[in-house]
Amino acid sequence: MNAETIHNNPTGRKRFVTRARGLGLFYLILAIIVLVWTLSSGSPQALSRLGLGIILQPPPVRLTIPTQPSLIAIGLLLGVIGLYALLRSPSERTTNVLLGSGALFVVLGAIIAAAADKSIDLVGLVKDSVRLATPIMLGMLAGVMCERCAVINIGIEGMMLTAAAVGYMVSLYTQNMWLGLLAAVLSGGVMATLHALLTIQFLVDHIISGTCINILAVGISGYIRAAFLLKNPFGAPGLFPYVFQGTPLWDIPIIGTILFQYQPMVYAALVLVPLVWFVLFRTPWGLRTRAVGEHPRAADTVGINVFKIRYVNVILAGCVAGLGGAWFSLETVGHFDDLMTNNRGFIALAAMIFGNWNPLGGAAGALLFGFADALNFKFQILEVNVPYQFIGMLPFILTMVAVAGVIGRTTPPAADGQPYRKQ
Amino acid sequence: MPFSLKLEKRLEESKIIAFLVPLGSLLLALVFGAILLQSVGADPLRTYSAMIEGAFGTPVQWTQGDFYALTETLVKATPLMICGLAVSIAFRMLFWNIGAEGQLVMGGFAAGAVALWLPGMAPWLPHWAFLPLMALAGIVAGAAWGILPGLLKAYVKVNEIITTLMLNYIAILWLQYLYYGPWKDPKGFGFPGTAQFEPFTWLPRLIGRVHWGLVFALLAAIFIWLILSRTRWGYEIRLIGENPVAARYAGINIGRNIVLVMFLSGGLAGLAGMAEVAGISHRLQHGLAVGYGFTAIIVAWLAKLNPWGVVVVAFLLAALLVGGDQIQITMGLPAAMASVLQGAILFFMLGGNILTRYRVRIVRSLPAECTQEG
Repeated sequence: MNAETIHNNPTGRKRFVTRARGLGLFYLILAIIVLVWTLSSGSPQALSRLGLGIILQPPPVRLTIPTQPSLIAIGLLLGVIGLYALLRSPSERTTNVLLGSGALFVVLGAIIAAAADKSIDLVGLVKDSVRLATPIMLGMLAGVMCERCAVINIGIEGMMLTAAAVGYMVSLYTQNMWLGLLAAVLSGGVMATLHALLTIQFLVDHIISGTCINILAVGISGYIRAAFLLKNPFGAPGLFPYVFQGTPLWDIPIIGTILFQYQPMVYAALVLVPLVWFVLFRTPWGLRTRAVGEHPRAADTVGINVFKIRYVNVILAGCVAGLGGAWFSLETVGHFDDLMTNNRGFIALAAMIFGNWNPLGGAAGALLFGFADALNFKFQILEVNVPYQFIGMLPFILTMVAVAGVIGRTTPPAADGQPYRKQ
Repeated sequence: MPFSLKLEKRLEESKIIAFLVPLGSLLLALVFGAILLQSVGADPLRTYSAMIEGAFGTPVQWTQGDFYALTETLVKATPLMICGLAVSIAFRMLFWNIGAEGQLVMGGFAAGAVALWLPGMAPWLPHWAFLPLMALAGIVAGAAWGILPGLLKAYVKVNEIITTLMLNYIAILWLQYLYYGPWKDPKGFGFPGTAQFEPFTWLPRLIGRVHWGLVFALLAAIFIWLILSRTRWGYEIRLIGENPVAARYAGINIGRNIVLVMFLSGGLAGLAGMAEVAGISHRLQHGLAVGYGFTAIIVAWLAKLNPWGVVVVAFLLAALLVGGDQIQITMGLPAAMASVLQGAILFFMLGGNILTRYRVRIVRSLPAECTQEG
């Protein structure tokens, strides 16, 4: 990928298209879509009922608002934001505010539209978003850890899939979920070690190696399922317990639901996000990692062991991806299916890019994509007439928009994907 | 430690080494696979011979005119060849098109759209016109899906690894939406998939299920080879791939080349999609996106981006896949075992590849004072 520098800016022209203008255009198009869709479909009398948690004592707290007028209002607001950004091309700071408020309106609009003539429990939606964002968040962290030291890892999907299979197998045969979790983490680490060996030691291109990891993972997990899981003498090991079940925290209205009704992997992800951020940006190890990611030669000359940094980061990243794999088989479903990770590893990469290779931004991206997932499930249950494939596309489309520089500037580590050899 | 291993770049890549190393890697992988098979209680030699028979058939079958195994391998090899060629031309200029899967799906979608709806819209069209139109639609749709990341890379500096990867899933979900939703066959007993195309939109078959797609693949190989070795454009592509800085100083328009190459690359992958739907499934359904575009990346790389190499490697990888299905039937082993073997072979090949570019030297460590001056 040493062509990077030359592929950059081959035209050399000054850009008329600013970030704010791009954002404005994006919101303007969105506003038109919202308005046209609202006015063409949906009855004017429809009401959206938004619940605030399933509260035991009646009557349940509910917000009832007319659907069509609120959607038109949201469409108009988006249009105003779009026009303002397009015409005025405001400063970075203002653009960020516009971006954030616009995103909030879009999310609100989606919920209100979905709740037309029905009721949606907002608190439950938040809870589901966090839960479904967990594997994306863990995969995103794995991606950040690798790419910050310049190893591209498109094998996260494969690492998660292997971990889901191995973790489930071990927990089945030992009848101990925590041993299963350990096995999942280790198997993710082993797959990552393969990736590290190939890319760091054998100088194989990172894309090729990652593709191989994914292909191998389909084989390994398929084999495990056919050979060990389909016929087995044991009962299913069950699911991870809810951490705070039985404590008073669990029963707090609204807050308890949003904060304390999860299984362990969710908390693992929520702890790891700030932890990885802290290590990357506030410790010597993180500084070295980022130095290796930006300029390995310079890092080497000041005495940083480039190979060690890369090995440790990539293998640890595999372990984190392994946690994400355990989420599927041990925390959510309670069995293993072929290809059960269902491209979450790639959505995780999308979240990483969306968050500009920063764990905190990436977590925001993961939550957004988790929200899309949760909304998708809600739509299925409520039989809302939006094809789930379109919502499934959202993470990928948003990432395309993001990398095209519309939502923000995204810059990968400078040496991303480049092999390093000592001279 | 008195000795250490040191990698040194080979000044020139020797032909013999380039031949011996992959062979050695393959043998090592087979030995590794044999140990694996032994450990799960299967006879390695019998398993390997079952795979070979499953992929190519036996001489006895051939004399009886039974070429089923071989033709099935060719059927699987066809999309791998076309997609392998598609990604190899992009990789040649260091454009990492990992979106062949999505380009294939869009090609299949466009060809399917023509086959499904054009007969009703234009009943006056002669039947022979449909296949060329479908091929054209497939190529254009695939190319469009390839040009988008090309344009983004050339003019907005967006990393193509990200965009081509993301576009895969957008394409796959789009196709899913169609065959689960508006295009679903009402008479299909609820199975996701469109209605079957009219028979005049089917690609003619050559032998068994082998269809004209194989001819497309071979023509594409000739085409790519001619471009790379006989044209100025091919020279530019190779120069950009080998030395982008020199290419730019030589006045080569890199942005334009990116877009053109992605047109060709995406178009080829789209053609592969058209060949799959018109030659095999005769409808749009789940089986279109089964990872040919991703395996093609490996094909291209193992073939060292050489068009004829792509043809050979695609055939061998297809044999591995088809042979893998066979061991499930004759050996009672899970078919996934073949994927594990495939993965092992890939890893040994990848790891071994470094030996063709670097040589391992055993270096005797010198006493500390001797290494002072470096």
